[in-house]
Amino acid sequence: MLAHWLILVVSFIYLGLLFAIAYYGDKRADAGRSIISNPYIYTLSIAVYCTAWTFYGSVGRAATTGVGFLPIYLGPTLMAALWWLVLRKIIRIAKVHRLTSIADFIASRYAKDPLVAGIVTIIALVGILPYISLQLKAVSTSFNVLYAYHSPSQPHPTSLWSDTALYVALLMAVFSLLFGTRHIDASERHEGMVAAVAFESMVKLAAFLIAGVFISYYLFAGPSELVLDAINSPKLAKLMELEALPGGYASWFTLTFLSMSAILFLPRQFHILVVENVNEEHLRKASWLFPLYLLAINLFVLPISLAGLILFPAGGVDPDTYLLTVPLFAGQELVALFVFLGGLSAATGMAIVATIALSTMICNDLVMPVLLRLRSFRQGNLGSVLLAVRRASIIGILLLGYAYFRLIGESYALVTIGLLSFAAAAQFAPPILIGIYWRRASRKGAIAGLLAGFGLWAYTLLIPSFAISGWIPAVFLEQGPFGLELLRPYHLLGLGMFDPLTHSVFWSMLANVGLLVGVSLFDRQNAMERLQATLFVDVFRHGESDTRLWSGTATVSDLKGLLARFLGAGNAEKAFAAYGVEHGMDLRTRVQADSRLVGFAERELAGAIGAASARVMIASVAKGEEISLEEIMRIIDETSQVIEYSHRLEEKSRELEQTTAELRGANKRLKELDRLKDEFISTVTHELRTPLTSIRSFSEILRDHPNLSAEERQQFLEITVKESERLSRLINQVLDLAKIESDSVEWTEELVDLKQVIGEAVGSMGQIFREQDIDLEKSEPPAPVSVMGDRDRLIQVVINLLSNAVKFCEPGAGRVTVSLASRPGRARVEVADNGPGIHPDEQEMIFEKFHQLKGLHDEKPRGSGLGLTISQRIVAHHGGRIWVESEPGAGARFIFELPLVGIAGEVRVKQTRFATVREGNKGRRPDNSSRKGEE
Amino acid sequence: MPEAKRRNERLIVLPLVGIIALNYPLLSLFSRVKLHFGVPVLYLYLFAVWLAFIFCVAVTLEKSTPPPEPREAEPKKPRSG
Repeated sequence: MLAHWLILVVSFIYLGLLFAIAYYGDKRADAGRSIISNPYIYTLSIAVYCTAWTFYGSVGRAATTGVGFLPIYLGPTLMAALWWLVLRKIIRIAKVHRLTSIADFIASRYAKDPLVAGIVTIIALVGILPYISLQLKAVSTSFNVLYAYHSPSQPHPTSLWSDTALYVALLMAVFSLLFGTRHIDASERHEGMVAAVAFESMVKLAAFLIAGVFISYYLFAGPSELVLDAINSPKLAKLMELEALPGGYASWFTLTFLSMSAILFLPRQFHILVVENVNEEHLRKASWLFPLYLLAINLFVLPISLAGLILFPAGGVDPDTYLLTVPLFAGQELVALFVFLGGLSAATGMAIVATIALSTMICNDLVMPVLLRLRSFRQGNLGSVLLAVRRASIIGILLLGYAYFRLIGESYALVTIGLLSFAAAAQFAPPILIGIYWRRASRKGAIAGLLAGFGLWAYTLLIPSFAISGWIPAVFLEQGPFGLELLRPYHLLGLGMFDPLTHSVFWSMLANVGLLVGVSLFDRQNAMERLQATLFVDVFRHGESDTRLWSGTATVSDLKGLLARFLGAGNAEKAFAAYGVEHGMDLRTRVQADSRLVGFAERELAGAIGAASARVMIASVAKGEEISLEEIMRIIDETSQVIEYSHRLEEKSRELEQTTAELRGANKRLKELDRLKDEFISTVTHELRTPLTSIRSFSEILRDHPNLSAEERQQFLEITVKESERLSRLINQVLDLAKIESDSVEWTEELVDLKQVIGEAVGSMGQIFREQDIDLEKSEPPAPVSVMGDRDRLIQVVINLLSNAVKFCEPGAGRVTVSLASRPGRARVEVADNGPGIHPDEQEMIFEKFHQLKGLHDEKPRGSGLGLTISQRIVAHHGGRIWVESEPGAGARFIFELPLVGIAGEVRVKQTRFATVREGNKGRRPDNSSRKGEE
Repeated sequence: MPEAKRRNERLIVLPLVGIIALNYPLLSLFSRVKLHFGVPVLYLYLFAVWLAFIFCVAVTLEKSTPPPEPREAEPKKPRSG
């Protein structure tokens, strides 16, 4: 048996350790080296969610309802996935507007209305007080179990002064006073408290896991063993089905929903998640580490409760205490002591954070608005008043919690009280969630929704709990007030299909959401509401600068004086100096404050006394009028415009990048073309030199040897003439190609019959064919084949192909066929020879400039190497294509195709021509101008 | 910022999937007195979904680099009024 004094000493040592950690955390924060600024401490501090209720109550709940304890942790897990989207927005809003409590947040969204803040505070107070008393009850119960387990007479604490819960409450009050109200500051952050809470989260997790391992593996042969034992008992086997949960799936869903909203909107969770958040980025890790913590702390719940049920089959032991009674039963008092410390951690952590959060709300949103109305408080230093109010409210809250526990707590199981608070906190979800995404949600809507939701919650859940405790007659529950059956609290309007919790949540949420949305739809928002709504909804778009609201007629000294009254002269001086440095102005020489400075002062003040009160105070020194609706809209529009511009700027720069890339590509192509041009010139020069050299050398022979025979002379002169012909042909072709490539050719466009074209080409080539004794055959359809194009150029193409064919045919044995055919949509001209053919490798290159077929039966190249290139360009200009089909040894077939012209086509072309005229010269001229002469 | 947008979409879909998986009627499929690996099937299912969900959230949030300007979460502005 554990000695009374031992438990007390251990508890005090533990609490002393907490004080030390908190003290150290505060010292480090003062030195600017925060120990809590990392996602792990943040995650652990969020675990303040797991209270004594989790610690003892989960086991108790599992023992009676099976999986019924789990939705309380599954809900936050589901919600955590949305933190990055929803909670990050809430945090950003709270930081921009310096909001330091959930009441402040809701009030600020709805036009900074003190009435809204007051309502939220009262709901929070009424809703959370039972929860705080629950923690005291847990500590008290666990202490008694630990102390009196083996003593026969289980003494019940009747005397006030011998009740541990009172001392625990007082100790918590001292801690909260020391670390929650050390000073008034604009950020309302308490690093020491957060550090202590994080430490407590580690202790309670460790204690639970140790107890779980000990019970499952030391007392039993492992969790599977426990489960096997349980499954053989019909009573315990039921716990493995969901049907063990009263209310079934509806209740399951309600619990999930409630815990989803509780993780964000219980005042203590809001305080830890939003107000104490150091860096939004921490959410990234917390979003999955915190659910992992929840999973870990729930692993052994089922084994422990099964162990309790197996060890105490007769009942008589409260399932809520299994965590302590099972180790005690096994005689392991040290384990039980450690479990007790874990429970103490869970209880104190929750109570401290909740008390501090509530005291801020009570001070800023209930007491200050009243005090500020009193004339005597308009002057003088109010900082000390603020602190006094907060300290008084901390003590008040904890004592009230204790009183509640003494009066009512004994009759209620832990879980039921906790769920009462969850349902109260859920009332904050609609005004916040709808408020930060829907601009039109109005102040009146929020007030109506909150009041109705709270009223229904109280009527269907809180008042019945009084009835159960015997404060009011139980007949109220069964028959309704004044015997009105329709108003029975658990069966409102006769709705009887749900368990009381689901019933209450359904009605209160229906009223809350319904009135918020319904009233907003018919309400007309005033300027202030619209401004705040826009700033909240678009917080990621509007920066801090948009929170200015006053036209500047306040003086700097007035503002500074006002801040000094609440924050102290030193802090006010510091804040103004920091502002001056940031905005590059010397505030000591300024008299008039501009609207930005007024906005800044209001935000600083809001951090200390709440947004609603800060507004009242600023209004008392800023003599200027509130900005008109038009002006507010102008400010918002301006910002939207700036954002619009910056979006456009981004787009422009993207376009610019794209253009740069295109330019780079074009430059590369140009360089390539330049290289090709150089190559072209050097090739041309080389080609020109060959005939020139031979002309020159033969001329020299003729000059130097006057005695040459007439025959020889004749031969040399003929060579000279031929070479000069070749030279001029080459020059003509080069000029031709250059013209085509530079697009300076004057193309004519007319209806051309390809039969005529071929006829003319064959006519002009006839002499050469006859000279070489090469057969030339023609095959063509009877009807004319018309295309649109330049007649002379097309003749040139056919001539090129024919002369090409001649060149490669064996004189005497050669045969060349020209055939014309019209295919659907296009005309096809084919020039085939029976020459040596072209190697497949060369078929591609043959159309390139100066590409000459070599290594055939003549060492000297026979063409200029430009004929095919020119032909290809001409055909391409007409929208057709040219290619070669050949197999070595089997001759070559050059084929080109041109688009055919029908009657409709002619019309189209005429229009095109007209368009070309109108468009002016684009390198081409319409065909009725001078026809280009043949070179 | 299509990457951030895709991540946000996943973050919205995940809880929806979770709510469906952890409620009636899917849940009722596992509500029976039966053991798997020495664990009641209902518990096994709940904890498995739980762990898988945490894993998905972790992967979604941790693999994306912090956005330089967190404005992308907002829809395009319609003006109030």
